[in-house]
Amino acid sequence: MDKFIEIIFSVSFGYAVLRVTTPLLFASMGALISDKAGVINIALEGIMLIAALTGVIVSAFTQSAFLGLMAAVLAGSLTGAAMAYASLNLKTDIILSGVAVNLIGAGGTVFALYLVAHDKGISSSLRSLVLPKVALPIISQIPVISDIFSGHNILTYVAILSVVLVYILVYKTPVGLQIRAVGENSHAADSVGVSVIKIKYTALILSGAFAGFAGAYMSMGYVSWFSKNMTVGRGFIALAAEAMGGGTPLGTTIACFVFGAAEALSNSLQSLRVPTEFVQMIPYVVTVVGLALYSSRKASQIKKHLRNRG
Amino acid sequence: MKSKRINFEWIRTTVVILIALIFTLILILLVSKEPANALKEFLIGPIDSMRHIGNVIELMIPLTFTGLAVSLMFSAEQFNLAAEGAFFAGAIGAAAIALTTDLPNIIHPIVAILGGGLIGSLITGIPGYLKVKWNASELVSSLMFNYIAFFMGIYVINNFFRDPNAGAMVSHKLPQSVLLMNLIPRTRIHLGLIIAVIFIFACYYFIYRTKWGYELRVTGQNSKFAEYSGINTLKVILFAQLLGGFVAGVGGATQLLGMYTRFSWQSLPNLGWDGIIVAILARNNPVYVPLAALFLAYLRIGADIMARMSDVQNEVVYLIQGIIIVLVVAERFLAKYRHKWVFKEAKSGISEAEGE
Repeated sequence: MDKFIEIIFSVSFGYAVLRVTTPLLFASMGALISDKAGVINIALEGIMLIAALTGVIVSAFTQSAFLGLMAAVLAGSLTGAAMAYASLNLKTDIILSGVAVNLIGAGGTVFALYLVAHDKGISSSLRSLVLPKVALPIISQIPVISDIFSGHNILTYVAILSVVLVYILVYKTPVGLQIRAVGENSHAADSVGVSVIKIKYTALILSGAFAGFAGAYMSMGYVSWFSKNMTVGRGFIALAAEAMGGGTPLGTTIACFVFGAAEALSNSLQSLRVPTEFVQMIPYVVTVVGLALYSSRKASQIKKHLRNRG
Repeated sequence: MKSKRINFEWIRTTVVILIALIFTLILILLVSKEPANALKEFLIGPIDSMRHIGNVIELMIPLTFTGLAVSLMFSAEQFNLAAEGAFFAGAIGAAAIALTTDLPNIIHPIVAILGGGLIGSLITGIPGYLKVKWNASELVSSLMFNYIAFFMGIYVINNFFRDPNAGAMVSHKLPQSVLLMNLIPRTRIHLGLIIAVIFIFACYYFIYRTKWGYELRVTGQNSKFAEYSGINTLKVILFAQLLGGFVAGVGGATQLLGMYTRFSWQSLPNLGWDGIIVAILARNNPVYVPLAALFLAYLRIGADIMARMSDVQNEVVYLIQGIIIVLVVAERFLAKYRHKWVFKEAKSGISEAEGE
């Protein structure tokens, strides 16, 4: 138990939480934007894989980490656009399109990996690059704080920044207003001249771009290679974080940090004598419990509201 | 009228499959140095020997179970994606029962399979319960339950049933009394095939011939209407999720007892996800499930043989599956032709009626 507390209050644990929360933050912002427009994007997982591999391949061939990142984000956006086409133009159910993209992401990346790297498991034969780590100007001077907050991959800071950007986009801009209007009542939005299809396209493309950032971070920051199914459910956890956070940027961010802490904990507990299977299960159990608690609270609020009105 | 529309669905599905196959052809031409050979292995490989035909049928059995399971859960318009976890948990449950009980020949597998089914229904039932009780998204929680079932299962095997003498992380050998009989010599086709057939009929009977099944269909088509006509939709939804998990769990148990002598899975087998494709192709109708399962099994085995015999990787098949899902579910795909078709049929119907 002492060791347990020691782990949680150590500086390296704080650093690790930020490190593992980064992809969740990106992906959950993707979940948030599409959810606000009334489309559930369960393809985040598959898009992350596609983007992660794209980043590795492009950075290896151009020898530019920045181009790799751009290509990853572009791949994410294009996949989002393809989903939008399938669901809005061809009228495929959005959840089943998501299932399809996840399948293509899981299998297609292995297929492409073999074509490029002649290996079905890992991309280590490609000389891909990682994005730089950044020492924050003033914060890196402060002792303990700097060990936790400074020296992260640049995308970690971009992720935190993107929460603010998403907040501004959704709540402070005309496009955000249209996105929310479409999500809440698309017929009403349509009747006042908002192009529902255009807004949903925008939301899914943005959602894909965020998942693209998440994928790029996985293969060009979190680790320096692509490996088969390397996202292991992070895209799904991000969906859960968004649901638990009540669809608000702040709530979603807090939920992401809870899941990130659970994951970091499961990584560091592996050195203790706790069965590894239970430790690995923590993030998923926390997700279900959190979702159940959030939903039950919301359900009772609705009940109370109805009773007061009646 | 209605039967004509169903006919059109057949044509549409065939067109989708053809498009997917043409796409595969192009892909193979692009990546392969010996495309003719690769294509031959892919298309003809599964039927070129008794052993390969056996492989297709062996794979068709679990796909039928998970396809039925997903059909049941999707019929209630619930996107419960925990069939994967339920299938895995079913196999774990069957292994645990097989190794801890000592029962006579025929009863042993029956108990193990039913036990596996019950554990499976727990995995899909909890997300279903959270949905009807508090409206928690069944999509998210069922996804989480796939992982929970996996880690829980691996924990159970490693800590209670692991064979220390075996090199890998596998369970003790399952007793002979629990294993399912082989049906056809020189293949591994097992008694699970008969169990699958029984479940196909049972599911069909349930959905189309019972009051519960009727309520399930009405709820799935229009839950508001169902509620106003006095159907307890929450109960129906939960029941469908429990039943789906049960079928998936039975599938996992059958797969273990028919194909293996120890529990040896180190990862989720993905057969639950495949069940989604089967259910989509079968339009959630149990009667079409075995056909869709056969098709998917054929694709898979063909791709495996192609990967062994040529320079094309078997992951090609995931790309095909993705395309098939999107196009089969796409309402608008070929919709123009459907309108024409329906219009023509209606017109000829009218002129016939006038003729009389």
